[in-house]
Amino acid sequence: MSRQAAFSRALLAPKVPVPDGIRAPRAPSAEARFGIYRNSVTVSLIDALRQAFPVIETLVGARFFAAMAREFLRAHPPKSPVLAYYGADFPDWLRSFPPVAALLYLPEVAMLEQALRFSCHAADAAPLAGGDLARLSPDRLARLRPRPHPSARVIVTRHPALSIWARNSDLPALAQAPAGEVLICRPAMEVCAQPAPRGTDATLKALARGEPLAHALPTQADHAAIFACLFSAGALIAPEGDHP
Amino acid sequence: MHATCLPATAGIGFKPQHFDDLRQPGAVTWLEVHAENYMFDGGPRRAMLADLSDRFPISAHGVGLSIGGDGPLDRTHLGRLRALMDWLAPAQFSEHLAWSSHGGAYFNDLLPLPYTAATLDTVCAHVDEVQQVLGRQMLLENPSSYLAFAESTMTETDFLAQVQRRTGCGLLLDINNVFISAINLGLSAEAYLDAYPLDHVGEIHLAGHEEQAPPDTDADADADADADAEPLLIDSHGKPVADPVWTLFARTLARIGPCPTLIERDNDVPDFATLEAEAAHADALLRARRAA
Repeated sequence: MSRQAAFSRALLAPKVPVPDGIRAPRAPSAEARFGIYRNSVTVSLIDALRQAFPVIETLVGARFFAAMAREFLRAHPPKSPVLAYYGADFPDWLRSFPPVAALLYLPEVAMLEQALRFSCHAADAAPLAGGDLARLSPDRLARLRPRPHPSARVIVTRHPALSIWARNSDLPALAQAPAGEVLICRPAMEVCAQPAPRGTDATLKALARGEPLAHALPTQADHAAIFACLFSAGALIAPEGDHP
Repeated sequence: MHATCLPATAGIGFKPQHFDDLRQPGAVTWLEVHAENYMFDGGPRRAMLADLSDRFPISAHGVGLSIGGDGPLDRTHLGRLRALMDWLAPAQFSEHLAWSSHGGAYFNDLLPLPYTAATLDTVCAHVDEVQQVLGRQMLLENPSSYLAFAESTMTETDFLAQVQRRTGCGLLLDINNVFISAINLGLSAEAYLDAYPLDHVGEIHLAGHEEQAPPDTDADADADADADAEPLLIDSHGKPVADPVWTLFARTLARIGPCPTLIERDNDVPDFATLEAEAAHADALLRARRAA
């Protein structure tokens, strides 16, 4: 094993002995010195997860969160130095972490926090404006191929994750939000999450594939409600290379 | 965007909570940002940086390239860095003599490497690659060390001098790191600075450190022996610059003259006025050298 492979392995595994070849020019020992790197890696990554999932931390408490984050980061260290995106595996991992297995809403709240973060750092774009559409005939509107805003995401929840998140984020307006689809979008500089009608996720996916509005809206869904939700949230942008 | 070089004055590491304070003219004349905190497609953080870069020269400081890594550089990450540099056009770019990734995992820490002919070749190849991809000179920063390696065959200052000579890179002299490493490894900070290739310093870092807490009493047998030892210094960036570091700074300026100098603070970040006062202190020392 190369020096860095041995060093890396011991960094994330506290029971693995300190790698050979480390020199302590004075007391304290090589073990104590290596421990500084171990500690700093672990503490800084727990902190990154804390910043990424603040409501999860509120829900389970700071001490439990730190212990849980330590388990997670040892199994799933970051793959990229851009730590703002760290933790994409965390919501799924929560489903398999026995101490929180009974908290069925927890992975969904984590998915929501992850979506908020990705939305925050997505590309900027001007949402489709009402004036752009008012001039169109119904026929032309149906053939329109608006694209999802780069920041738009939908998560589908089976538990009232949006409501739980809102109650722990001082957003009383969303405190009664039901389970179901949640639209996350950042039309300007502020990210918003809101309940979305059933079929919003399918619509956005179809629009991302380039389908026209008439085909993108799923059958047996409330088309007006979906369109109004996407449009008012600023989740649509103009077709590529085209003004409506 | 500002396309100048950094002025030989004091700057601070930018923290978003200080954005509004930076609207007023003051002692802070340039800013440093961690490149990895802005590698996004858009959003409020990027918008903030765009606004700042219209008003201040920016030094971009990378923490994730893993230049001291024994494997190849992460080309995806280097591409992200190139895109950020093209967009931001900062006055300067710097990175660390350290590694932070291995086998696809990123450790978010600046990890140490032995100083040998083999690691010198690797670091030089990586610095060459970075400079080629970015199309600009980079500065390489000396690390803070908590341990040494039995296999090292050269001093850190010799290693840095050779990297500089072979790649033409500039150097970022972190004087707090010099002090921490000297205490932790039982060396002389003055001797380090005397041996350091000062002619190639393009930027100086100053920061605070702290003493490591004593080991837990229920730890292994080494704890007893360690309890009497002089504590190790930890590079926390969580306190004001320590007096001995200011002294080494003044000593360095007497040798090289005024140089862009950064006050770094990443933990327990105080209000802006406190950081500005530290920057003003650094500036007073820099002005004294200009007058000298």
